[in-house]
Parts: sequence; structure tokens; C-alpha cells
Amino acid sequence: MSLEKKYSKEVKQILAKYPPEHKRSAVMPLLYLAQREEGYVNKESMKDIAALLDITETEVASIVGFYSLYHDKKAGKYRMQVCNDMPCALRGAEGFLEKLCENLGIKVGETTEDGLVTLEAVMCLASCDRAPMFQTQGPDGIKYHDYMTVDRTLELIEALKGDK
Amino acid sequence: MSKQVTLTINGKQVVAPEGLSVADAAKLAGIDIPVFCHHPKLEPVGMCRMCLVEIGRPVRDRATGQFVMENGQPKIQFMPKLETSCTNKVEDGMVVLTESAKATDGQRGTVEFLLTSHPLDCPICDKGGECPLQNLTMAHGPGKSRFNYNEKQHMDKMVQLGELIYLDRERCIQCARCIRFQDEVAGEAVLGFDERGRYTQIMTHSEPGFDSVFSGNTTDICPVGALTTVDFRFGARPWELKAESSICTQCPVGCNTTLNTRREAKAGGDVVVKRVMPRQNEEVNEIWLCDKGRFAYHYTEGKERLTKPMVRKDEKLARASWDNAIKTAAENFTANKKDFVVLASGRLSNEDLFNLKSLADTAGGEAILYSDMGGGELTQLVGVGAGTNLGKLGKGDTILVVASDLYEEAPIWWLRIKQAADRGATLIVANPRETKLDRFAKYTIRYAYGDEIKTIHDFEKKSKISDEFAKAKNAVIFYGSEGLGVTGTSALASACADLLKETNHIGSANNGLVGVWQRANDQGAFEVGFRPVADLEKALKGKAVYIVGADPVGDDPNFAKALKSAKFVAVQELRETATTEIADVVFPAQAFTERDGTLVSGERRVQRFYAAVAPKGDSKPDYAITSMLAKQMGVILQGTSASVVFDILANSVDAFNELTYEALAQVKEQWPIVGRSDVYYGGTTYENIKGMGVQLVPVAQAGGAVRISKVRKEAALRPKEKELLAVPSNKLYDLGITVQTAEFLDQRIGETKVSMHPTTAKKFEVEAGQTVKVSFDGVQAEAAVKIDETIGTGVVLVPRGMGIAIHEPVVARVQAKASTGKAK
Amino acid sequence: MAYVLLRHRDIPDIDKLNVYKKNGGFAAFKNAVTKMQPNEVIDVVKNSGLRGRGGAGFPTGMKWSFIDKNAWPHYIVANADESEPGTFKDREIMEKNPFQFLEGLAIGAYAVGAKAAYIYMRGEFWQVAAWLDEKIAEMEEAGYLGDNLFGKDYSLKIYTHLGAGAYICGEETALLESLEGKRGQPRVRPPFPPSVGLYGKPTIINNVETFTNVPMILSNGADWYKSMGTADSAGVKIFSLSGRVRKPGNYELPFGTTFRQLIYEYGMGIQDGRPIKAIMPAGASSSVIVVDEKVLDTQLDYATVRTLGADLGSASVIVLDDTVDMDWVINKTIHFFKHESCGKCTTCREGNHWMRNLTDRIHNGKGSGDDVKLLLNVAKQMQGKCLCALGEFSTMAVVTSIERFPDDFKKAVKS
Repeated sequence: MSLEKKYSKEVKQILAKYPPEHKRSAVMPLLYLAQREEGYVNKESMKDIAALLDITETEVASIVGFYSLYHDKKAGKYRMQVCNDMPCALRGAEGFLEKLCENLGIKVGETTEDGLVTLEAVMCLASCDRAPMFQTQGPDGIKYHDYMTVDRTLELIEALKGDK
Repeated sequence: MSKQVTLTINGKQVVAPEGLSVADAAKLAGIDIPVFCHHPKLEPVGMCRMCLVEIGRPVRDRATGQFVMENGQPKIQFMPKLETSCTNKVEDGMVVLTESAKATDGQRGTVEFLLTSHPLDCPICDKGGECPLQNLTMAHGPGKSRFNYNEKQHMDKMVQLGELIYLDRERCIQCARCIRFQDEVAGEAVLGFDERGRYTQIMTHSEPGFDSVFSGNTTDICPVGALTTVDFRFGARPWELKAESSICTQCPVGCNTTLNTRREAKAGGDVVVKRVMPRQNEEVNEIWLCDKGRFAYHYTEGKERLTKPMVRKDEKLARASWDNAIKTAAENFTANKKDFVVLASGRLSNEDLFNLKSLADTAGGEAILYSDMGGGELTQLVGVGAGTNLGKLGKGDTILVVASDLYEEAPIWWLRIKQAADRGATLIVANPRETKLDRFAKYTIRYAYGDEIKTIHDFEKKSKISDEFAKAKNAVIFYGSEGLGVTGTSALASACADLLKETNHIGSANNGLVGVWQRANDQGAFEVGFRPVADLEKALKGKAVYIVGADPVGDDPNFAKALKSAKFVAVQELRETATTEIADVVFPAQAFTERDGTLVSGERRVQRFYAAVAPKGDSKPDYAITSMLAKQMGVILQGTSASVVFDILANSVDAFNELTYEALAQVKEQWPIVGRSDVYYGGTTYENIKGMGVQLVPVAQAGGAVRISKVRKEAALRPKEKELLAVPSNKLYDLGITVQTAEFLDQRIGETKVSMHPTTAKKFEVEAGQTVKVSFDGVQAEAAVKIDETIGTGVVLVPRGMGIAIHEPVVARVQAKASTGKAK
Repeated sequence: MAYVLLRHRDIPDIDKLNVYKKNGGFAAFKNAVTKMQPNEVIDVVKNSGLRGRGGAGFPTGMKWSFIDKNAWPHYIVANADESEPGTFKDREIMEKNPFQFLEGLAIGAYAVGAKAAYIYMRGEFWQVAAWLDEKIAEMEEAGYLGDNLFGKDYSLKIYTHLGAGAYICGEETALLESLEGKRGQPRVRPPFPPSVGLYGKPTIINNVETFTNVPMILSNGADWYKSMGTADSAGVKIFSLSGRVRKPGNYELPFGTTFRQLIYEYGMGIQDGRPIKAIMPAGASSSVIVVDEKVLDTQLDYATVRTLGADLGSASVIVLDDTVDMDWVINKTIHFFKHESCGKCTTCREGNHWMRNLTDRIHNGKGSGDDVKLLLNVAKQMQGKCLCALGEFSTMAVVTSIERFPDDFKKAVKS
């Protein structure tokens, strides 16, 4: 089913935000919509969005490629994006990330065996005073998790398992 | 004329039109500022940082707006940072330093930065020798590398973007010229950047990849060896190539080209064409070329080329001497004088056609143009006036395109009309189905096949569209042969000519009628007196036919039948064809790459092409063969050289008005300046040094009487219940001999597809992708079904040149064959 | 002193419309639309001395007055792309005191004649965007947004727009490109957005914090605002304090507060009581300040910080103690900039790639003294030649660290 049919209400709402002659602006919110279910933008969705906005598929793909929160490949249901940028690193983010890897038995960039969590190291998330911290990017959008410890993170993962 | 601005560059006073960038103004003044991303045909982006210069501006008094003076000179304030000369426009009193220590340091730095990621594979790179990065590195770069080679960013080196273009991602310097060309000039944004930062790389997501007929141009403007053509890559080194000027023979646009040639071992030591490059003519093709023109030249090569005359002996064609072949043909034609017919196509030059027409006239025969399209006598009357330049059309001007899919029929016209629309010209596209030009049209008129004349007549009624057309400062009509044959196109041409006349859009530059002909020199054929006929089958039956540059047997079973019953057939051709197979005598002709001559474009520009390679075998130029044959038949025609024949032509055909062969070779200053040693600026496009051609003056412009006969109403075809109206359309990449021989174009040619509306498909119980049998008078063929919602119902659209012999609208039967189960 | 921006710290539930209203909310907007000409609003903001809080510190009223009145429509955009490592103030404003920000944006819109306002938020602020959407809907419901506001011929809609993970979109022209549905790559300036901005139309772009000041300035007057801060930098500023301090966080303080006060009084000093080695006052884009007693007593305002060879920027103060090696710091910042370089201009794209290679080598103990020299040279070679500020900023920490902490690099290449 096309994106427009599947999410007709959302698509309409998104398009209403921008002047009709500049509907290309809607490409970013539409891409979020497109990766809601599978966690990445598939080729069909890119085609749908291109058709919806009168741009080429290449132009849509070029947007996906530019922004780090759009993905064109499948990963875990949740992407756990730990900030290890300088301010967070000064507050123990690197040690946190290392221990988290040990506990999950995966390296940065890898996905847990059950396909639930992909662990990523990312740049500053504007929560430098609450490090260690990470965000989860999943079907329900992006959520911040501040002042995290490994134990609290493992609890969170258990809770995410329940969501399945 | 725009306002002129005076500035100083490197101490030299420079006058440049307002609005020009500093980089362009410098170029105009003969000062080279190195650039990579900047291209005079593209919007400036300031990305590559190569053109960094120091710019100072005169200080103005805030109150008076006058320059503040200092020691009798305006006080100049320099910006603290270097600026990009491509993004800064010239200003009065500006002072630019392009070679100061600071500027030079900036330029050197940029080259060094670019080289940190660039591979060092110049020795095997196709661009080596004509590479802006290589040249600018020599001129501005550091002599020694400070970058650790092992830390280079490695990327994919062999990415096939499409069938025609390869990408080397390591060589790419992210200047985006290719992306911007596709977006801004071609209007087809099928290239883009993926990722960002150091990982920024070119990609395409179109299906098929790099889906554009203009793709080859990106290899010309690519400042490195990142984009190469499948045809030329690893083909030769640029410095081994010789260059000769030519004209593209694929369509009526008449793009100016340069043939790059090289002597080659694998061609048995012959000099062969290695690539076709655009040659600047801002009034015709600017610096662009479509992919068909660039790649489909291979038909001039190969073992199928005819090298010896042949005469039929005991049912079989056998090699013969020229004397023998000419004698045999002459005897037969003389013996059948009353039935003598010359059938020739617009693939031939003016000289060839002129001699053929002269022979037909003197020998009392008929000269028939092998074409489905008529109306050339009207373009002679009210064709676009001399001085026409589509590149100058813009706001206030109107272009009407009717019954033509220009993207498929004349891509460079499509491109230039699209750009005229970008500049504000009103574009009206009238066609029975959607075409790629619609997107740029202010008005789209969708009529039913058969309603072409009515559509034009409707311009007499008051409407927003007709009003805008009538009031346009300039108006040009392009008419074509979509859905029409000889009769229909002739009528359409009359209607269009009448409309132009009534609205006063004839007899001057940028006004008039243009025929979107099926072949490059159809207009030339009309000029020398050739005319197509509505019923060619009848015209050939039982005649003695001299066929030149045409393959009627291969094209149409009905023509084959007619020719089988002919009294005698002589065929003059480049290659073996189905028609040469049935011939009694075969004359081997030279290809346009092997001889000189002239062509007339659809805009009625007479242009010269030049011999670039040696003729194959014993082949001769068409005009010379005809002259030999004529002599044997007792008619004296010149045949020693194209220039001699042209001079006679120019003195006998009124429209040519004693034009000289030399005049065609004249050139004038063109902007932008391209194609000299500084390939960094305009790309590898060639400068025009051998002629820009001369536009013929139409009768209306010459002050002659313009009488246009009224269009007779044709009875409409009425398909019965189980029948459909089959209408022809035109396709860029077809199975014609001028295309098919370039193997890498196979995928672009594709399978034969007939299109119909979903309702029609449903009624005939066929699906998309399914193979159907299409049949009408003596023609039976198979094709796959394509669904097109923009076509009317009850119609099946059949492409010309794809194996189904359709010339004009016919009533046809379409039956489903076994389903292939393939979607689409 | 009562908070001007972080008023939620004084007033519980100020994120509820009725509470915000009870505390004077929307009065300034209503007063502006019903009783003031747009020019008069701009004049008040001009007179207040308010400067842009996004980093550049450009006078806000003056920027607003630049809007091209010969081209329409006008747009106004709130830059909520907060992405500078060390900056986390806008998020707190939007989460805790959303109406004051939205009202400021609305007043700005009225002042520059915009009928549509966009809030461009970094994609990570997904939840904040949903939250703001609710708040915007509440304002529409209450008649503070929509058509013919307060019975006047003025209409305004506010829309949120999420970015998707690109630091560069904080650069105003890259932000506009992104908002137009393109890759977030900076445009060549001039033309500047007040002449050619969103969709090619005149556009004013300001930071969230900048807008949040505006309702208070209009309510209390320009003089009240000017009475806070310093002559150069009027009013209050939110300092995002992070790094090795005991109590990181946002501190709203008047300009002119000293580093010492910020770090020791508010930030409770350094972890484990260690000495401060260096300060980066403007996040990763900062020049690095060598800290001594004199520096600690330096006032935090735009002009004074510049005397230390650094810029205040968005006042994201990262504190480094003596356990931190500067080769580690620049390795971090360069990894960040290399990741965030948009790739449009050669200088930044290639320069950061090269610098990344060099800082990696140096930090991992595989470098030489020549590598350090080369790194310094490459950074300087980039300066003044980039298309936008990102590239320029990427070199700041590198150059100042190498020049001001030579011993750290000597140690790094030796070990």
C-alpha cells in the first residue's frame, strides 16, 4: 500500500504545513512517516514520496543519505544512540558505552541477537549536563534517556522487550 | 543590451555586462581564474573554493552615494577574507586581484585539499590530458604531497550509473556540475549526492539508472575523470586524437559536433572515429549533445558496411566494377524511363539530394522523399526567419509544440525549449498524450488523435491560450508526426502556417514554423524539391526504382512486396540492408564521416560537415555516384566535390540565394568561451572553428507572396467493435540502422511496446506487459502492452521504427497472445 | 532575582496556558498587535540591546529592521537546531517554558510582517516537537494564533519542523535549505535571509532563547532589559555549563558574571577539587582559553571574552580540568566536525578529513612533531576559505590547543 493511502490523515496534515507550491518541504516529515514501521526507508516509500512531492526518487534518496536519522537499511527495532561526544565523554560516557557493550555482548554498530537493539555511538545530543545519556530511535519516535547507568539501561531494554 | 560595468582585474581595466560574475568577466577579458564547480552555463554555488581571489570595492559616502576619494583615486576597501569570484558579480570600480600572494595561496590550498582524496591514477585515467584537475594542479598546485597516501578515503571505482555512464567515486571532487546540469539544464534531477562530508558521493536512483538522454554531457563538464562514457572509456588518450568538425545526422536539430579520430591497430590500421563531441554553436546546440547523437555513430563502421559495387547475376548479387554496376543501372533506368522513380531519404546531404532530384527531373522520373511527414513546402514559405535563436526566446514569447514528443524526436530542441520556458517564454504543448515537455508548459492541450487540425483551428476562437499566442512578441510552432502520416502532417502544417500568418508571426527572426522531421536533412530534401507521397506502395509498384539511403524492404512488408514487383531496383547505401538484398544493383556509399557535404536543419540552417576518416573500400559519396549514373544516362551532373555541387545548388535553388560554401564555414565570437586549452572552464566541448552555418531566408521574410491552401477535411477513420485506431508515435532509440549498431544502446531501445488506455486494455482483455498481435493491412507484428492513462480510449499507440510498419493512422486489430505473466 | 527566561524555576506549571496567562502571558503579544505598529515593536527590541543568542550575537532589532519590504510574503523561523556540543539551553526553554518562547516568536512574526512561522528543531527533539505542537494547538484554541488575532487584520500560524540529525542545519542558510526539503547545505551569502530567505522570500531567523527574551522586553521595557548585563551585552543569558564541573546545567545569569562565579558559585567547582586547565566558552567551536586566576575573574560578555582570544558564542561553557589532554580534546572535536561537515565546500570537507587523520595519529601515539606542525598548518590553511562558519570553527580548537598547550602535544607524540 502506498504511503499516502496508509497514512492519509498524517500525509494531509504534513502537507498542510507548507505552501502548496513548496510542498517539497514535506519530504523530511514524510520520511519519518515512511520509516515508522520498519525503522528504515524502503525503495517503495522513496518512490511514493517522490511522486507525492513531484520530485525525483534520486532527490528523495539524497535527503535520506544526508541526514543521520534517516536510514536506508534495516537494523534493530530500536537504535540505541549513545552520545560519546566531548562533553558527555568528560562525564563518563565512554566508560558507560564500553560497559554497555560488554553487557549486551555486542560492539558499537551491532545488533543484539534478538534484533531488538542496535547500539550506536553518536555526536552531541544537547544533553551534556545529563550524561551518560542516549536516545532510542524506534517505532514510537525518538526518546531521550538522561542520567543513565548500565543497570538502568538493561532495565529499559527489558521493558522494550515487553513492547514486542 | 545590458548595462556595462567597469572594473579592474590584476591592474587591467575590464568592461563587462552587469550581472556577470567576476570569474566570467575575467574570462571575457582573457584572464584565467581557475574554477572547478563554476560553469558558465550553471548557477554559481561557490563550492569548490578554487576561484578564491581578493576583491576590493570602492568605499561610498553614505550620504551622497559617491565614491570616497583618496589621492585622486577612489578609496578601495578589501575584504579581510578571500572571496569566490564565481559568486560575486562585477561592480563599478571593483578591484580584483587573482594572482596576489594571498589569492595564489588560497588557490594552491584548494588544489592541495582536493588532491588529498584524489587517487593518483592519471596514467590510466581517460581524462588524463584533458583534465582540469591535472592542468590546474600543474599550474596552481603544490609540487609535493604532505598527505599520507595510506590515509586516503577509498571509494568505489567502477560504478555503472546507467548503461552509458561510469562513475569513479574516488576521482570525484564533489563539484556537483553533473548534478546541477541534470537539474538546471536538463530538468531531470536523476543524479544526486548521497551521504555527506567526506563520504559525499554521486548516485542515481532512477530506473533505469541515470535515466536521461542528456547524460553524456556530464562527462564533458566533469572536471576530473569521475564520469566517463561506456563508449570511450579506456578507448584512447586525448592527445592521440585528431578532431574534425561535423554535424549530427540523427535528427533535424543539426547539432554541431566534433569527431575525434585515431589510427588504430584493431581497425587494421585505419583511422576510426573514437568519440563524438559537441561543438559549440550557441544558436543550435550551445555546448550540448544528446546521447543518441553522441553514441549512435557506430553505424558508419562494421563488417556490414558495403565496400564494393554489386550486380545481380544468376539470382545472386556479385561484386562488380563501378563501370559495370553504373552501366547496368543506367541501361535499365533508361529502358524504363517512363517508370523511373528516385526514392531517397533525409539521411543524405543537400548535394546528394540535389543531384538525385536533377537526375529525376532530367530523366523524366519522379523524386520521392522517404518519409511519413509532409509540410516542407510550408516551412520554406513561413519557416522561422533567418536570425532565429531559441536561446533568445523568453518572457513575452510563445512556443507551441503540436503532435510531437520532442524529448524522443529532437532532444536538444526539447532542452532549449524547456530553457526558454525557464526564462519565461509561454510554452504550449498540444499532444494527445502526456509527454515530458508538459511539465514545463504553461498550457497543455490534450486532444484526441485525429483532432490535430481542429486543435489548431481552435486558436482562431477566443481563449486565454489563443490570446496569449496572438499577442506574443515572437511565436514559433514546432509541428511533428505523432499520430499522423504524410497527409495528416501536411494538413497540420497548413493549419499551423495559417495560424502564424493570421497572428502575424511570420517573416521575421524567432517567428515561424519548424517541422520536427524524422531525419536530419528532410528539410534539405524539401528545399531541393523532394516530396513524400501518401501511398508509397502504389508509387513503387512496377517501377524502376533508384533507392538511396533508405531501407523500405526492411521497414515495411508492403513496400517489400511492391519492390518485388518492380522492374528494376538499384540501391545506394552504407550497409547491407533488407533492401540491398533484393536489389539488382548495389552502390556502396560513403558515410558522413568520410566525406564533405551540407545539411539543412529544421530551423533551416545550412551547415557543413567535413570528412574525418578515410572512405571504406571502394565506396563513393552519394552525389558522385549519382553523377556517374547520370552521365551514363546522358545527363551531365557535377560530382567532383561537395563544394562544386553545392555552388550549383545554391545558384539553382531560390531559397539558397547564391549562398557560398565558404560562408557556411564562417564563425563568430561566442559566449561562453569554451573548448580552447582551458578545458577547466567550459568542459571538453569543442570550440567552433569550422562554421556555424547560415539560416535560409523563408519566402515570407524575403517579401514573397505567402499563399496557404486551406486544409481539406479528411474523413475520420472509424474502427469497428473489435478494432482499434492504431496511431504512430516516434521513439528516440529505435531499431533503425543509425541506432541499433551501437550495442550498448540495446537496453535503451528495449522491446517493442504498444500503448493503450487502461479501459481499452480491459476491453481487449490484455494486461500490462502481455504480448499482443497487432495487425492491419498486410502488417502483422507482436509487441508488449504498455498502459498509459493519458492516451484516449479506443486507440493503440504504435512506435515507428520498432518493427511494426506503421506510417499513418490505420484501423488495426489487437489480439492477446499467451500471457507472459510479466508485470509492467 | 527573578528569572527572565527560565521562569519555570520560579513559577510552577508555567507550561500550562492558564498559568502562563495569569503570570502576564500573551499580554505583550496582544498589546503589540492591538496597540503598536510593527516598527514600534522593532524599535523597542533595538533599544533593549538584545543580541542574537545563537552564537553570532548580532543585534536582534537591527536584524528585524533589515527585512526587505519590497518582497512578500515574509517568513520568520525559530532556530531550535541546538546542536553545538555543550549547548542544551533551548531544549529546557521549550520543554519548561514553551509559551514564553512561542509568544516571543509570535511577536517577532508581527514585527516583521510574517504570517507563517516555522520552528526548525533538531530531529532528536522529536518529543519536544510533539509537545510544542500541543502548546501551539492550545494557543490556537485560545485565540492567540490563527486568523484576525485580537480582532485585528493580523493572522499567524506557527509550525514545527523536525530536522534529522545534521549539525550544519543550525547554520541559518543550511537550515532554510533543509526546511525547503533539500540537503542541509549552506547557501552562499550574500544575499542574506532578510532579503532572500525561505522559498526565496525575506526571512528572519533567530534562536529560541532570543525569542524567549522578547515578551519580557516588551512587557517591562527596553530600559529594564538594558539595566541588566553590561554595556556591550545587555540583559541575561543562559549559560550551559558542562564538562568537569560538579554541577553542570543551565544557569541564567546577567552578562558580566565572571567565569569564577559561574563555575565555582553555580557549578559548585571542579570534580575532585582539581584545578581548571582550560575553558571552551562556545562549545566545540570554541577557541580554548588557558585558565589562570585572571581569566577566572573575566566577565562573561561578548566583548570581554574576545579579549581572551575566544568568542562567547552560544555560551556553552565546557570546563576542562588538569586530567584532560588537549590532543584528546581536539581529536574529539575534529571527529565531530568531520562527521558534521556537509561536504559542500572543498576546504571543510577535505580539511576535516585530513585533520581527523592527523589528530587520530597524534592522539593514538603514532604521530610525530612534524604531524603536529602539519596539523596546525592545515587548520590555518582552512581559515578564511570555507563556505560557512562550520569549517572555520572546526579549526579554532585545533589552532588554539596546539599554540596554547604545546606541552600536551609534545607528550602525545613522544609516548
